[in-house]
Amino acid sequence: MTETATAPAGTDTGPVLAADGLPLKRSLRRALRAQKLRALMLIAPLLIFILVTFIAPIADMLFRSVENQIVAETLPRTARAIQDYDPDSGTMPSEAVLAAFTYDLTAASERKLHTRLGTRLNYEYTGVSSLFRKAGRRVDDFGETYRDQFAAVDPAWEEPATWIALMADPDWVAEYRAWTAAGEAAKAARREFTQAQPLFRLRDEVADVLPETASAYAEFARIAQVEDGDDPAAEDPWAPVYLALYRDLLHVGPGAIAQLGPEAEAMLDAAHDAVEGFETVNLADLYLEADKDWGDPGVWGTIKTFSSAYTPGYFLNAVDLQLTPDGVAAQPEDRQIYIMLFERTLFMSLMIMGSCVLLGYPIAYLLSNLPLRTSNLLMILVLLPFWTSLLVRTSAWKVLLQQQGVINDILVWLGIVSNSGRLILINNQTGTIIAMTHILLPFMILPLYSVMKTIPPSYVRAAKSLGATNWTAFWRVYFPQSVPGIGAGCILVFILAIGYYITPELVGGTSGTFISNRIAYHISSSLNWGLAAALGSILLAVVLILYWAYDKLVGIDNVSLG
Amino acid sequence: MTIRHLLSATALAALPAGFALAEDLPPCEGCADGLTVVSWGGAYQTSQQKAYSEPYAEMTGTGFTWDESSNEAVAKLRAMNEAGNITWDLVDVEGPDSQRLCDEGLAMEVDLDEMLAAAPDGTPATKDFGDSVINDCFVPQIVFSTTFGYRTDVAAWNGKEPENLCALFDTETFPGKRSLEKRPKKNLEWALLCDGVEKDDLYDVLDTPEGVDRALAKLDTIKDDVIWWSAGAETPQRLADGEVVIGSTYNGRLFSLIVEQKQPVKMLWDWQVFDYDGWIIPADLPEDRLNRVMHFLHFATDTQRLADQAKYISYGPSRASSQPLVSTHAELGIEMAPFMPTNPANQKNYLVNNIEWWADNQDDVEAKFQAWLAR
Repeated sequence: MTETATAPAGTDTGPVLAADGLPLKRSLRRALRAQKLRALMLIAPLLIFILVTFIAPIADMLFRSVENQIVAETLPRTARAIQDYDPDSGTMPSEAVLAAFTYDLTAASERKLHTRLGTRLNYEYTGVSSLFRKAGRRVDDFGETYRDQFAAVDPAWEEPATWIALMADPDWVAEYRAWTAAGEAAKAARREFTQAQPLFRLRDEVADVLPETASAYAEFARIAQVEDGDDPAAEDPWAPVYLALYRDLLHVGPGAIAQLGPEAEAMLDAAHDAVEGFETVNLADLYLEADKDWGDPGVWGTIKTFSSAYTPGYFLNAVDLQLTPDGVAAQPEDRQIYIMLFERTLFMSLMIMGSCVLLGYPIAYLLSNLPLRTSNLLMILVLLPFWTSLLVRTSAWKVLLQQQGVINDILVWLGIVSNSGRLILINNQTGTIIAMTHILLPFMILPLYSVMKTIPPSYVRAAKSLGATNWTAFWRVYFPQSVPGIGAGCILVFILAIGYYITPELVGGTSGTFISNRIAYHISSSLNWGLAAALGSILLAVVLILYWAYDKLVGIDNVSLG
Repeated sequence: MTIRHLLSATALAALPAGFALAEDLPPCEGCADGLTVVSWGGAYQTSQQKAYSEPYAEMTGTGFTWDESSNEAVAKLRAMNEAGNITWDLVDVEGPDSQRLCDEGLAMEVDLDEMLAAAPDGTPATKDFGDSVINDCFVPQIVFSTTFGYRTDVAAWNGKEPENLCALFDTETFPGKRSLEKRPKKNLEWALLCDGVEKDDLYDVLDTPEGVDRALAKLDTIKDDVIWWSAGAETPQRLADGEVVIGSTYNGRLFSLIVEQKQPVKMLWDWQVFDYDGWIIPADLPEDRLNRVMHFLHFATDTQRLADQAKYISYGPSRASSQPLVSTHAELGIEMAPFMPTNPANQKNYLVNNIEWWADNQDDVEAKFQAWLAR
């Protein structure tokens, strides 16, 4: 290309020009850019595929392992109010926090979020789940006393219309009426009606004058609208809304009430004069009545500790620690299992890797040194199981290894073990190691074979001709050249083994299972996805660190995959 | 207890099945053409196909897609809900799972009386279903029980056969491996019963922290002899292989092991634990699919259909009105009543899971049990 490009230019001065008169450099760059772009387009499908199916899920997993928005989203008022609470005081939080918690919990149980939140917090503090369930069943009655007392002052307090007049933005009321009318017209005409309903809006001043009531009522109105599809103007507010009104009226001045217009002022003034004389209920007592464990400051401390949007809690759980209000502490002893499982996984993966080397090396040696006809036959014997379904091979091992299985039967028949002393080869670590060694063996043999195939036999012959014994020739000449194959096989087998799931699940019983089985358990049974993500992230980090260490020690360039 | 009155009727068994509901099936308006149903696979799903979906498909031309994911239904429904794309229309789950799905708003609340057919004598559906209506989302289908099967040819037992549940813990008289479910539920109750706790005190004892420890301590005495199962098919398989000598599983599985595969296995009807299994409808289905589900459910849960299912598998239909219609196995022609968990002869001692206690304490107990297992 250079020749054809420079020839027409014909001079030695100035930049070298291409055929079209442009400087050659630029012309080349343009040609290369087009080429690069074409190359990129060619790999684009794969790149996008990898991004979508591999990178994105891993990123999502990493995110889930620290994500903790559920607490702040489900209990927004509590999350703010509880920040000043000191769990070391040994008491329950103040009435203000409990009131905030009551509004939140009522809304959460209406939206059916409280059991999920309880389950979430139960990961951190035993017993919270059942507290949330029990309280969720009765929290909508908290404040009933106040409803009755307000109704005694003025029966209009029990009318939904009173509340709409007091709370709702008149524009919203008009919009909502129009929307309802349009919906009914469409129904009458059998037309489809897809217009979104206008969401409840508070009127301007009410949030300043009656902050708690406004917030609780707005939540009630929206849930009635969205979750239940009801008209808020026809629904009785929750009892906790009356609790909120009572609490607001205790603090509000008469001047402030006047902002809400004459009609509301009259009603609120009457109520305001009456609240001083109301019979009060202690929220703390209501919770203690629901379950005495609400009095445990640890419960409230846990809510406080986990009210932030991100948490190291899952990672701590994954290494048998827990986050408490007083900082990081060890898990109770009967819950400490993850470190042990990580160690077991590493130990067993190393065992499997070791036995793969021991069994695979001689086979690979034979494969690469026997005459072609025999070695081909051997190769088929290696590849056949490699092509067989994993499940079939694992199930076959079940048949072979069990106490009434083929191996034990043969041993008993040969008289090596007695009928009552049959070996336990399955549902324990032995079973996992045997089955996984067999399953992963081809991943050791194939890279070993491809490396050994390239070692010229003349080297060993030369060593022998110079007087080396068979052993020296093998150990000093042949073996060092096969090390890259061992490295590749070990990395492959070890990394595959450490994340193995199905085989340990089927043959490992309880003592032969890996950390991956625990991850699967948390994904599909306990639904603790955050912990599963944290365990998975740690596993990923361990593999990357080991890979890096291997690279430092042996050098990844010395690894040959054939 | 309804279960008792339910099945005093089973004993009477073979009344002629004379309900022809096919022509009564009203047309389905604004319905989707297909239905994705999730169930447990195996003989159980086959019984549902034969009794419900095949006749329904014949009458309406609806296409059925079956997914065998019931044991992961909660996890998958939660994931679908997060992704905002529910691909299932009807899911068969056990009672406790339905409770969890209902609590989390993943299952739709249903009004059984409005939705389902009344009994032939006009009894409304909820009354006909009785105790099996366990929460607001659950459409009951069958009553099943978890019970024990044991091999009858174990030489080391010297001709003795287990007479009660506590043989499970007696490794001296009845040596050999046991097969138990890899979950605390039922196992804890059985352990406490054999540790001298009365049936009525069970959940009071379990409610104390020491109660769970006590049950685990009892299970500790046989921990080395236990192979744990997570799928219902495992115990029958192990019993057939002779790998275990006694094990817990669903009574329907033992039925096919004993009657269809003719293995030397017997059932131990002592402290069987009753559970309910039924349908839930995922929340927020599009209208046309929901219409189809409702139409199908109306058909599939009527008195005759529930009784039909019992011709294929030995689980008790959960409608009282279906009981007199339960007769003989459709293919083997044997009397089904002796294999029904609800047969009075099989009900000397039985337990019903305290669903509320388990819902409240599941998270704690499960974590404790799993840690105990792993150690």
